[in-house]
Amino acid sequence: MQDDVVLTMRGICKYFPGVKALENVDFTLRKGTIHALMGENGAGKSTLIKVLTGVYPMDGGEIRIDGVEDAIVIRSPQEAQGYGISTVYQEITLCPNLTVAENMFIGRSRKSRVDWKQMEKRSGELLQKLGIPARPKQQLGNCSLAVQQMVAIARAVDTDCKVLILDEPTSSLDDKEVEMLFTLMRQLKESGVGIIFVTHFLEQVYAVSDQITVLRNGQLVGEYEVRELPQVKLVEKMIGKDLEDLSSMKKKETVLDGEDFYEARGLASTESRPFDFHIAAGEVNGFTGLLGSGRSESVRAIFGADPVTGGTVKVNGKQVKISKPLDAMKQGIGYLPEDRKRDGIIADLSVRENIILALQVIQGMGHPISRAKAEAFADEYIKALAIKTASSDTPVGSLSGGNQQKVILARWLLTHPQYLILDEPTRGIDVGTKTEIQKLVLQLAEDGKSITFISSEIEEMLRTCSRLIVMRDRNIVGELKGDELSQERVMRTIAGGGE
Amino acid sequence: MKSISGNGTLRHREPLTDSQLLLFITIGIFAVMYVLAMVILGGGYLKPQMLFDLLNDNAYLIIISCGLTMVMITGSIDISVGGVTALVAMVGVMILNGNISLFNGLISTLGLTEEWRIVFALLASLLIGLAFGAVQGFLIAHLQIQPFIITLAGMFFARGMITIVSVDPQKAPQNLMDILQTRIEIPWLGSANNRGVRIPARVEIGVVIALVIVILVFFLLRRRKLGRCFYAVGGNQQSALMLGVNVRRTRFMAHLLCGLLSGIAGFVFMMHTGAGNATNATAAEMNAIASSIIGGTLLTGGVGSVVGTFFGVLTLSTIKSIVTTSGLRDPWWQSITTGAMLCLFILLQSVVLMRRNRAKDTTKERGKKET
Repeated sequence: MQDDVVLTMRGICKYFPGVKALENVDFTLRKGTIHALMGENGAGKSTLIKVLTGVYPMDGGEIRIDGVEDAIVIRSPQEAQGYGISTVYQEITLCPNLTVAENMFIGRSRKSRVDWKQMEKRSGELLQKLGIPARPKQQLGNCSLAVQQMVAIARAVDTDCKVLILDEPTSSLDDKEVEMLFTLMRQLKESGVGIIFVTHFLEQVYAVSDQITVLRNGQLVGEYEVRELPQVKLVEKMIGKDLEDLSSMKKKETVLDGEDFYEARGLASTESRPFDFHIAAGEVNGFTGLLGSGRSESVRAIFGADPVTGGTVKVNGKQVKISKPLDAMKQGIGYLPEDRKRDGIIADLSVRENIILALQVIQGMGHPISRAKAEAFADEYIKALAIKTASSDTPVGSLSGGNQQKVILARWLLTHPQYLILDEPTRGIDVGTKTEIQKLVLQLAEDGKSITFISSEIEEMLRTCSRLIVMRDRNIVGELKGDELSQERVMRTIAGGGE
Repeated sequence: MKSISGNGTLRHREPLTDSQLLLFITIGIFAVMYVLAMVILGGGYLKPQMLFDLLNDNAYLIIISCGLTMVMITGSIDISVGGVTALVAMVGVMILNGNISLFNGLISTLGLTEEWRIVFALLASLLIGLAFGAVQGFLIAHLQIQPFIITLAGMFFARGMITIVSVDPQKAPQNLMDILQTRIEIPWLGSANNRGVRIPARVEIGVVIALVIVILVFFLLRRRKLGRCFYAVGGNQQSALMLGVNVRRTRFMAHLLCGLLSGIAGFVFMMHTGAGNATNATAAEMNAIASSIIGGTLLTGGVGSVVGTFFGVLTLSTIKSIVTTSGLRDPWWQSITTGAMLCLFILLQSVVLMRRNRAKDTTKERGKKET
């Protein structure tokens, strides 16, 4: 092994029933570098990470780490930690019922005594050093998702690690927090840690990484120096096709003054402040704002996902009462939730069962959908949305994130909704699928459906929406349309420095 | 935002964790109920001996519940505890009686006195408890079998074994029972009987054992790595695994300790009653589950405390005692009121937790605005 190399993986293979998740993949990590691992959904990024951390046993290949003579076999996350490989996963893997300090230290000490004072002191120092807004004695479940993520990183940083794996660490952080994380990553890099950075944000890769390894369909595409690989080339390598449709995609100038399909006055829920909102048939609009500005809470109120506390709602000009999701569904409203793991998929059910779920609910339990029909529906949408799955019987939980998202989309499309609310549909998804979803949104609008779209990426919102509702601190602070729709203008409205 | 003290920690009073909040609710309810009993029913409730009697009668239940609390915190369940307790009590009485030839042989060959039977009974109790805990723990933790089913089987097995050990009810010899039923007398907590003679308060040894166990388990849960791992596993098993917690070992240990405590509980039960009977400790597992829940342990795991469980047992037994003293002597009234109260407690707990979560969200919102 070369001197500056801390980790090498050679010819790694991993098979799942019906899927070659990894085939002959090589990966080399050098000391004091940040190495981005890129690829589309189902390219094998997550699988590679899970093999490296001992979550999955590998079916072939060898792993070598600096300081150990022979090839190593990693059978569990603990063993990985023992070799100095720490991981921060995309989904937060901490215990919400324990305190922040405990979450940082549990499972690490060989001592059987717990020294609370020492633990709280050390975690307090670490939290302060890294600038994480959490208190050691705080129950973790009371912290925001972003803070929980940062606690997980703090924990990984504190263990004496040679290899730090960050698996989509930024997907729930806002820009300021991302910058904080980058500062931290550079700090760690200086101290000689090798960092594997898995993300789908291209800008972030270019902001911090030194090398990029690209995977596609479980195979290695190549390893590149960041300086030598322009962004367009990278995207090409990832999706393996020309990107012309991304730029040629144009939103149509939608009729903003058409009949309102949905109109709310003073709508409020337990989670959101009262607000007015309307959307015309065939319109694509969006809520934008920083994380926690109340954009998700507002659309949840529209769908009745949180208990509604006030306001009047008109659908097609008729006053209706929407107090729970089923009411909304009966009015032809569909909602793709922000947290697909918690609110979206039912992991143990098959792709087919997940797809027909909403339709079945609307039809009522008295009218079951026959097996043959269900299979036909499932196959139709698996094909239409190009969902990558072994079969329609595969449990949804074993699909990659982007494909899970497509399954939920299929679930709503099957009900032929008049109005579809998509909350962060492209989060944790690669560029190719992102484009597909954006195109689908515009296509649906073309067909006269109304769409409300939420995304953290303003660019994406500008590409798809003809009207943007800007929120700050849980209030609507502006509405932008037509010529006002520019990145700069949106930013200014969000920041509050507008006219 | 908040002042920062010299050593870098935030000077800020932490809100209670869910475990702490539920604990305070339980203690509050017990205190209110006992005071109400003192005011309304008066009489016996005004004497400290009443409280000691509750403890004397329920020492074994406290011990069982301590074990069950640990298991429940890991998100598991053990319903064999009552059966194991009863089996241990029966075996213990048989050993004291000299009905098990193995121990008779041991005693005569080693030339030991009769009193050594107590030691053998204790050892047998610990062994039986550990054996149940180990087997069930292994099946649950390592073979990933549903704890409910395994321990249900364990319960039937233990209850069946009692009859195999002895079909007839057994009674321990009086001379040994005199030793076992030694009571600690506390004169200054005594009270006068109806003839005006002052009688000291009496506490059985079993109560001391139970209190020691409560304290030990408290420190285990609070100060030992194993105890914290119980909470981690109960909070989120997958996360705990990722955090490097040995989940299998943790779950195994919870069941092992629970089995051990059931064994000790059986011995304490025998010390209290001196009788071996197939119907011993009937429904003890259900009372233990009820006590743990009243004490703020969640069946879903991750939340709970052994002090809460202790007060849970006291609360449950006080309810029963109040029902009896208020003239409803038929056993079904105890059942009905216990059921109703349990239901009320759970409602209260979930209402409090729900309101709290809602309050939490709004404060978080405010915090966000400030920054």
